[in-house]
Amino acid sequence: MDFICNFPFFSILLSLFSGTVCSVLPAKAAKIVNRVVILAVGLMSAALLLYLLSTGESFIYWMGHFPAPWGNEIRAGVLEAGMALFFCIIMYLSMAGGAHKLPGEVVESKHNLYYILVNLLLSSLLALVYTNDMFTAYVFVEINTISACGLIMIRQVGRTIEAAVRYMIMSLLGSGLLLFGLCIMYDLTGHLLMSNIKESVELIVANGEYQIPLIVSVALMCTGLCIKSALFPFHAWLPDAYGYSTVSSAAILSSLVSKGYIFLLIKIIYRVIGFSVFNSTRMIDVLFVFGLMGMIFGSLSAIKENDIRRMIAFSSVAQIGYIYMGFGMGTQAGMVASIFHILSHAATKSLLFIAAIGLTDVSGGSRRFADLTGSAYRNKWAGVAFTAGSLSMVGVPLFSGFISKLLFAQAAVQVEGKMLASLIVLGISTVLNAVYFMKTVIRIYTATTETPYEGITFRHMKAYAVTLVFFILLNVILGVSSQPVVNMIGQGLAMFA
Amino acid sequence: MGPNLFANYGEAVSAILFCIGFTNLLLQTNLIKKIIGLNIMDSAIYLFLAEKGYIAGRAAPIVVDGVTSAERYINPIPSGLVLTGIVVSVSVTALMLSLTIRLYTRYHTLDLDEISTQLKREGK
Amino acid sequence: MSRKKTAEEYEKTFAFRFFRWLSGEKDPYIGNVEMQPQKKYEPDHEAALRREKEHDAIMDKVYDTGHNRWLHLFHRLYQASSILFCLFLIALLLVTISYLPPNGTVTRPVNNEVSARYIEKGLEETGAVNIVAGMILDYRAFDTLGESHVLFVATITVLILLRLNQSEKDEAEVNDRRFEPKNDAILQLVATFLVPVIIIFGIYIILNGHLGPGGGFSGGAVIGAGLVLYLNAFGFKKTERFFTEKTYKWICFFSLSFYCLAKSYSFYTGANQLHSAIPKGTPGAILSSGLILPLNIAVGLVVACTIYAFYAMFRKGGF
Repeated sequence: MDFICNFPFFSILLSLFSGTVCSVLPAKAAKIVNRVVILAVGLMSAALLLYLLSTGESFIYWMGHFPAPWGNEIRAGVLEAGMALFFCIIMYLSMAGGAHKLPGEVVESKHNLYYILVNLLLSSLLALVYTNDMFTAYVFVEINTISACGLIMIRQVGRTIEAAVRYMIMSLLGSGLLLFGLCIMYDLTGHLLMSNIKESVELIVANGEYQIPLIVSVALMCTGLCIKSALFPFHAWLPDAYGYSTVSSAAILSSLVSKGYIFLLIKIIYRVIGFSVFNSTRMIDVLFVFGLMGMIFGSLSAIKENDIRRMIAFSSVAQIGYIYMGFGMGTQAGMVASIFHILSHAATKSLLFIAAIGLTDVSGGSRRFADLTGSAYRNKWAGVAFTAGSLSMVGVPLFSGFISKLLFAQAAVQVEGKMLASLIVLGISTVLNAVYFMKTVIRIYTATTETPYEGITFRHMKAYAVTLVFFILLNVILGVSSQPVVNMIGQGLAMFA
Repeated sequence: MGPNLFANYGEAVSAILFCIGFTNLLLQTNLIKKIIGLNIMDSAIYLFLAEKGYIAGRAAPIVVDGVTSAERYINPIPSGLVLTGIVVSVSVTALMLSLTIRLYTRYHTLDLDEISTQLKREGK
Repeated sequence: MSRKKTAEEYEKTFAFRFFRWLSGEKDPYIGNVEMQPQKKYEPDHEAALRREKEHDAIMDKVYDTGHNRWLHLFHRLYQASSILFCLFLIALLLVTISYLPPNGTVTRPVNNEVSARYIEKGLEETGAVNIVAGMILDYRAFDTLGESHVLFVATITVLILLRLNQSEKDEAEVNDRRFEPKNDAILQLVATFLVPVIIIFGIYIILNGHLGPGGGFSGGAVIGAGLVLYLNAFGFKKTERFFTEKTYKWICFFSLSFYCLAKSYSFYTGANQLHSAIPKGTPGAILSSGLILPLNIAVGLVVACTIYAFYAMFRKGGF
């Protein structure tokens, strides 16, 4: 085995261990450790991605001295390595872009706790991406949930704590369902490793035994993960959690945490249940319908909103709806589109959160649209970045959002029964997106003289502006050179089987 | 209805408990009752797992007198999963309780809906 | 060859104007577009006050939950639908369970080669007499590593929520004195006898984890309970002599680091098919079964401190 095959294991353990180390460090050192760890994990994932692209084969890594059905395993393929790399990039940029807000919103003595949470969140995301064992996935889902809750309520105002309670309740319901589904699955198959469960599931389907428990188990696991990733009817906690927490947290939560659960769902669909078996349960129709409803109702709530950050948060509900709509199509193309949308939404949504904070800062900290009038002139970098993010969300060519909408439309055309519904809702949702994002862009570019707020120049926000530039670049790269990314996703999905 | 409902009476009890806990966690407005619901739900899952491990007439999986025959002991895997699950449940309960304490000291009520109403009224 | 531009020409270029606009030196609208003369911003205090009053009045009316008939009706409906939902869920799961393989039989899918090997080879491969301990700390150790970090991250979130600043600490001290028992003679006498027994029992459970029922978590919880009893009997003054937030921090750090590093070594050697240098010992002896005993001790320390820390945080917001 090549040395590079150790990299997934190193990245998980490094981020886990750095969390422990940060608990005894002062805030400044913890910050440095946090940045270094994210960079190191990102570099390792990039190297691993290149290696996997050159060999073209995924590999299994034993976590212990024992082989498959007895020991614990992690597994790395192109999709996993790519996801890990992407998560690291977004996390680094989100941390860098929100760093200047941290001292004002979090008590100084609790800064190092913040970095512990971020490190553990990273390690749990990596473990969710790489793991090949269902119970390990459950344990790391819990770490993910608890540290995400910590990220929400580290800024202690009433709203965030209430949002954290609501988030925890929904997440715990989700974990309960996931665990129960997992136990039923274990009872039917006798295994916990994904590859072994899949073999047994194929046998069960061939024999025709235990059909009802199998479907119920799949449904329970799916529902659990949908609740956790805030699919439409379960999104009540989301606007407050994203809208009032400190800005790095909001960016990380919206672009990474929910995506970690969705990626786990993809793994379950492909590696535990099997794509064809999953499609033969009626679960995909349920996901499809709720995805479509999320797309419409999320956007409608966003239009009604009078607070810029809550508006962006509601737009997340709509975007999660897109992803589940792609799952619901039940084709390979729909899945590729969904995975591309995971990337594109993560890049865009964190950009929007980080840009919005620049705009509200030059409006006296108020997030109401009335106060934001003309704020793009007071902070030009944030204005440009917000416009870029909005254009990407609406789906203007050159930006990543356009490609994902194109992929969804192409995938929809290939599906017989669902073509019309998906295309119509895609169209409506795009128009609604345009309504609320363009409304905001016009608002921030409306010149006004009646404002008491001062502007800010580049000199006073160098790190912030550079982060925004990187974010815009990431969006444009995803939008312009999408073909290699799409090929990589296809290759990764092929490795899943 | 399948054939094994009465053979699986332990699982049936755990399913009923799970649903009671789930509904409490989802639909009660009092935070402490929600946490109780959470604990009922988790315990129900551990009961379910423990039932999975059970084999009639066999001993607990601790090697006695050096006999290592699979015919002698029950399945050790569910017991291990329960151990892991209990730790998770303890952690989550502690977190929920501290959130409750925090909200109570600030708003002097345990009713989540009332707290929401107060927050909206403050309009911040 | 590029021509050197004069200053005038340079000022006409797009780049110059763009950067000037970015840096905020000049607004492109001024002088180019017909504009209203700049009006100075004057806050109108009276109007603001009036708006605020009206807003408050509206809010009072809107959120008057006590006199809202529809709200009461909604609550009734909510309760009824909750019960229906619960019944529906129970029915669904009961149907599922009726189709599951029958309980207690050997032929179920769960009794396969996996559990057979854990039982038959477990003693030889892990050295632990307690098969469950061998399974969670050796065969499936990655789960358990995650599990101990769940506990760690939960403590961190509790610290974030409840740890007080220096300024709030004094008030908390006063409250604590008022509400909690102080120098209760009966409690102190009982505690003097019980606490050592409890702690020794906890230590026994931890050290015996690989030989019989027990292990790090259960033993740690017992020790933690002993510490909580001691704290209740003698108060924070006495416990602070040997247990402060710093002690907690360092014990947690060392135990978790040891756990992480030891398991990393074992994972690394396992995955790369290297020989592990950790001796297994003779099964049944107290010093046996490789890493399981030290790991149990590490977990036990973390759990004991964590249970105590939870209690101290809930009671006073600090140690």
